[in-house]
Amino acid sequence: MLLLTCPCCGVTAEETEFTPGGEAHLKRFGPGSSDEEFDAYMFQRKNPRGVHFERWRHAYGCGKWFIAARCTMTLEVFATYPAQTLEPPAEVIEKIRARRPDWEGAQ
Amino acid sequence: MSDQLLSALPGAASEGFVTVAEAGLRGMITLRGDLGRLTFALAPLGLDIPAQRAITQADERSLAWMSPDELLLMLPYSEAAEATRTLQEELRGEFATVANVSDARAVFALRGKGAPDVLAKLCPVDFAALKPGEIRRTRAGQVAAAIWVAGEDEMRLVCFRSVAQYMFDLLTTAALPGSEPCLYS
Ligand SMILES: [Zn+2]
Repeated sequence: MLLLTCPCCGVTAEETEFTPGGEAHLKRFGPGSSDEEFDAYMFQRKNPRGVHFERWRHAYGCGKWFIAARCTMTLEVFATYPAQTLEPPAEVIEKIRARRPDWEGAQ
Repeated sequence: MSDQLLSALPGAASEGFVTVAEAGLRGMITLRGDLGRLTFALAPLGLDIPAQRAITQADERSLAWMSPDELLLMLPYSEAAEATRTLQEELRGEFATVANVSDARAVFALRGKGAPDVLAKLCPVDFAALKPGEIRRTRAGQVAAAIWVAGEDEMRLVCFRSVAQYMFDLLTTAALPGSEPCLYS
C-alpha cells in the first residue's frame, strides 16, 4: 500500500484517496520546438525501477496537486512537496540520498 | 421558487449497530479565495477562520476548512440565500467566490458508539485520529465525503446530493447488525 502525505492539507492517506498524474518536472515543449523535443515531452517517460518523481492530486481530499518523490520498487515515499516547484528541492534530494546512496540522481 | 423544499431523502433512516439518518436540509455556502482576506466578511457571523482542517462552531453556524483556498459555511437552510447575498456584497471587488451550494448537498447523521466503525469500512481514514473540531475530506466507497465528530457518539457526513441514495445504502449496509468490526468501540 502506498501512503502519501498531502503537503497542502497535511492529511496522510493511502493512494485511493489520490489520483496519479504521471511523471513530475517535465519541461514543456510546444509550438516552435523540434519534433524530437516535442516527442520527448509528449511521449518519452523515465519509468524507472527505483526513485521516481510523480505528480499526484488529492482528489477526494483538498483537491490540490502536489509532487511525491518515491520508490517504485518498495513504495517508500521519500518526500512530498508543492506542485509549484520546478525541480526537486535540495532537502528532498538529501533525503533520497540518505536512503538510496547508489541513486544516480534526478537527470 | 417552489414552496416544497425537500432534502435528498426526506426522513430516510435505518437502524443497525449505528443509526443512520438523513439529516434534512442544511444551508451551505462555499467560499473560495485567499482565506486571510475572507476574515472581515465572516466576522459579523461570529465565526473565526478555522485552522487547517478545523471546523469552528458558533450557535447554529459552523465554518469548515476545506482546502488552502476554500471554506464551507454551514448554517440554517432558511438563512443561506440571504447570507450568500450579504457575503457576495461584502466581498465585491475581492478575488473571491461565494456560492450557495445548499441544494447540491446531502447530510447524514450517524448515531451510536460504532459510528467510526461504520465509516472505517468505507473510508481510508484512521478515525482514532479524527478529533472533535476537525473535518476530514475523504471518500466513502466510491464518492467524495466530508466527515466530522458532531458530538458524543455522533458523526456527520456531507456528500453530493446526487449520490445521496448511494451514500444512504452504503452506510446502512456498513451498519448491518452483526457486522461490527469493533475497531473503535
Ligand atoms: Zn490535501
